[in-house]
Amino acid sequence: MLNLSKIVTRPVIAALALATVSTVAVHAEDAKPADPKLANSYNANDKTAEQDPKLLKQDAAVKVEDGKYFDADGHPTFHVTQDGKMLDWYTYSGYRRYHAECHVCHGPDGMGSTYAPALKDSLKHLSYEEFIGILAGGKQDVNAAEQKVMPAFGDNKNVMCYSDDLYVYLKARAAGAIGRIRPSDHEDKPDTAKKAEKECMGG
Amino acid sequence: MRAVHLLALGAGVAAVAAPALANESVMKGIANPAEQVLQTVDYANTRYSKLDQINAKNVKDLQVAWTFSTGVLRGHEGSPLVVGNIMYVHTPFPNIVYALDLDHEAKILWKYEPKQDPSVIPVMCCDTVNRGLAYADGAILLHQADTTLVSLDAKTGKVNWSVVNGDPKKGETNTATVLPVKDKVIVGISGGEFGVQCHVTAYDLKTGKKVWRGYSEGPDDQLIVDPEKTTSLGKPIGKDSSLKTWEGDQWKTGGGCTWGWFSYDPKLDLMYYGSGNPSTWNPKQRPGDNKWSMTIWARNPDTGMAKWVYQMTPHDEWDYDGINEMILTDQKVDGKEQPLLTHFDRNGFGYTLNRADGTLLVAEKYDPAVNWASKVDMDKGSKNYGRPLVVSKYSTEQNGEDTNSKGICPAALGTKDQQPAAFSPKTNLFYVPTNHVCMDYEPFRVTYTPGQPYVGATLSMYPAPNSHGGMGNFIAWDGVNGKIKWSNAEQFSVWSGALATAGDVVFYGTLEGYLKAVDDKTGKELFKFKTPSGIIGNVMTYQHKGKQYVGVLSGVGGWAGIGLAAGLTDPNAGLGAVGGYAALSQYTNLGGQLTVFALPN
Repeated sequence: MLNLSKIVTRPVIAALALATVSTVAVHAEDAKPADPKLANSYNANDKTAEQDPKLLKQDAAVKVEDGKYFDADGHPTFHVTQDGKMLDWYTYSGYRRYHAECHVCHGPDGMGSTYAPALKDSLKHLSYEEFIGILAGGKQDVNAAEQKVMPAFGDNKNVMCYSDDLYVYLKARAAGAIGRIRPSDHEDKPDTAKKAEKECMGG
Repeated sequence: MRAVHLLALGAGVAAVAAPALANESVMKGIANPAEQVLQTVDYANTRYSKLDQINAKNVKDLQVAWTFSTGVLRGHEGSPLVVGNIMYVHTPFPNIVYALDLDHEAKILWKYEPKQDPSVIPVMCCDTVNRGLAYADGAILLHQADTTLVSLDAKTGKVNWSVVNGDPKKGETNTATVLPVKDKVIVGISGGEFGVQCHVTAYDLKTGKKVWRGYSEGPDDQLIVDPEKTTSLGKPIGKDSSLKTWEGDQWKTGGGCTWGWFSYDPKLDLMYYGSGNPSTWNPKQRPGDNKWSMTIWARNPDTGMAKWVYQMTPHDEWDYDGINEMILTDQKVDGKEQPLLTHFDRNGFGYTLNRADGTLLVAEKYDPAVNWASKVDMDKGSKNYGRPLVVSKYSTEQNGEDTNSKGICPAALGTKDQQPAAFSPKTNLFYVPTNHVCMDYEPFRVTYTPGQPYVGATLSMYPAPNSHGGMGNFIAWDGVNGKIKWSNAEQFSVWSGALATAGDVVFYGTLEGYLKAVDDKTGKELFKFKTPSGIIGNVMTYQHKGKQYVGVLSGVGGWAGIGLAAGLTDPNAGLGAVGGYAALSQYTNLGGQLTVFALPN
């Protein structure tokens, strides 16, 4: 139970901290051309990806820290290489966690269902802070025409310990960096990820 | 206590004399084909109607007689009931009940709308469906999403009593219908993805007072078993039969939910149902057979005492819930007339057992695509007797955590999910709506938090490879010989309950929204009509003022609304596969409508 309270507050604090960063970073519109190590390489033939050039540019990684990639706003982002075959660890992990925790409502590959929105579309607009906020706090749209309710996952370790993973996976789907595929290969699991997972999941 | 004594006496008498105690009002309703008082049409779950005005010759002339909008745009499972001149229509969450006056062009006589906390919605796995009402002793029985069981006066809609069966905050919800039997009403519970210790509970039909509760896993007293007298495959189950098959306290979050259908045999005085998957989906995290999840149960409805059990999928590795309906028929097997129970399991095997003692007679694949097990061991001398022989390649347990096991058939949604099959005594065939879908499955470690999903596996699903490219079949099955008689390919999974009739016609709905009528001997399509939304409801029929009607609820959703609405992953996309796998959203949209058909005057 001790760990639980940490889990609930951590993403909120993280979100607040990042929110400050992002307001500043808005002005850094034209970041200088990225390091080749950070460049993405997609599968141009995968029509299921529905690539969005504007988002792909906006989400491009400008920095990497022990296998975790960040965009110009300082938010976590994806790294896709080898013609779409290779994903960074977090995007790969997000794929797995998504298809365990989220897909029973939001459909396979973020495609949506008859009762929950397609997150491959929602993440075109949702900011990192909004995403984490909804994940932790839930969402309700209940009226005469619809009864859409998303639960609060704030105290669910299987979700919150992987909130960044889910975010980068869904960003990759929204931008069209990856299609409706099962990732075939991924970068090694970073030590930071192993350590964070152990701490967060409680052993 | 006096009531209990009287009942025990009554049951004793019934065993030796006439089996008249089932529940007079339900038995009367079942005997009258003009009405439908149970979702399952009869206690035996045959979904067979003696009505024959609409027949193989004239069904092509069917027309829409009238329609009714439910006002809810979610997955519509189950079907309306008809009692006397009133039709009762239910909806998904918020679980509205409408009483429609068939004498006055379906005017609304009364409407009951329960107030439920919307926070129950996301706790329900896979949409907010409800599989419908039941009628007994002048009352309509509604089991709401939030597990409130309500008895409504059938004439006025006034609440007779209500009782709460579970706690949605712990992940306990309901989607199933109930079984009124004798002076009790039997209810199940959902929550397998939330680590609920699931159970079946009997309430007093008149007062709503709890009578007994039998769990799917746990100590013997919680299971309501007699270690010496309760049997499995002919042998006593022995002491602690469930506890021995779980590690430590894992049975307390063991799942084994009871969200399917109930059947009842008044002669043997036994009720039948199946229990669901063990929690979590990650098999490595729960060593053992995980009894009695994935099990066919035969219980005495007065006491709950289990007569026999049969576990179909010990130590589930694929989410093959055992909750599908148990259809009771009397047919000749091995040269002698036997009381049979036939069950089309999610795991892809069609089982036929002797329902008196639980003897396993037949276990054969009802979709040739099924590959996770080579067969069920039928050798009584074998230590694996009655167990599926699992193919290592498709064993997510043997392949281990963080390994993706590919090409497993069927997918987690099973060769058949809850959508009930029908049986015609005229042809002795079962008519089975099926899924033709396979999957990749990767288990990994998860932790348990009350009220939160507890899944622990990633899966992707796609149409069965090297087949017709569609995701479903509608088949006719010979339950005695375990053989497919005929099979109609369907583009999408058939997620609608079938109805067989004395008119030699079998009805079912499709996810695109078609109501279809086929010849019961050949499967030849005789009629189809596209309703406003995809059909996951069950086809029903009734007679009013001497005329036969056929009705079905449209409203796509449910499990089918998850993957299928989005279009499943297509493994052959790069190879130029044709549009057969296209998204369901190109064919239909959300809806909530009852369509009633009749022949022209």
